[in-house]
Amino acid sequence: MSAELVLFWVFAAAIVASAGGVIIARNAIASAMSLVACFFFLAGIYVLLWAHTIAALQVLVYAGAIMVLFLFVIMLLSLTESGPVAQLSPSRILGAVGTAGLLAALVGALLRLPKTLPTWVSDTAQVQRFGTIKEVGQVMYTQWLFPFEAVSLLLLVAIVGAVVVAKPRI
Amino acid sequence: MIATSNYLILAAVLFCMGMLGVLIRRNALVVFMCIELMLNAANLTFLAFARERGDATGHISAFFIIAVAAAEAAVGLAIVISVFRARGTVNIEEIQTMKH
Repeated sequence: MSAELVLFWVFAAAIVASAGGVIIARNAIASAMSLVACFFFLAGIYVLLWAHTIAALQVLVYAGAIMVLFLFVIMLLSLTESGPVAQLSPSRILGAVGTAGLLAALVGALLRLPKTLPTWVSDTAQVQRFGTIKEVGQVMYTQWLFPFEAVSLLLLVAIVGAVVVAKPRI
Repeated sequence: MIATSNYLILAAVLFCMGMLGVLIRRNALVVFMCIELMLNAANLTFLAFARERGDATGHISAFFIIAVAAAEAAVGLAIVISVFRARGTVNIEEIQTMKH
């Protein structure tokens, strides 16, 4: 068993466990902390996939900025007390059954994929370049420059929208 | 290195866990967190295929998903605050004016 496989299983088990924590925890703060752990383990999986830039962004933007926003809102609304125990309603049972069916279909289809390794990894120069900030930045600022600028506009609109929606009086 | 299908199955499991949370939880904030889980599963799939093909475009897609998730979280949480101010609850079963 290679070190990569061991790391993959450790991270995969931790991701599934912390994602389960997000769903099961009755306290919203516990859910949020579980989600932060999930994002950190996902960053580990991204490094295994040679996506170092995205792994760094995952920790900075997701585990840092977005989760701080979530925690801030949870504390602002003071939702620390747990709600009543969840009732077993028909819509919930239907949702759980539907999700289990989707999972079975997806995993059944994915297990039939051939277990071959990509062919381009014999090119050592490309392997060393792949996923670095230099390579990702080069593609982003040449080929995808316009979508990148559009995203900055989207973030501006989101900021203005959030202020307009959340402010009681403008 | 290990086969791409391992990562795809992990992404499928993560997506289904997010979907389960969206369907069974009643706290709007937890539903938002589960949507983030689903977005991360999509990210994982993009990165798995980027490595499979040796193509950095998958990394760009993951970057855009992170940016859109940030925008979504900002606007969504603003809506939650606004609803909480109007109704005094974030339980999505009690917020059903637009139902029917």
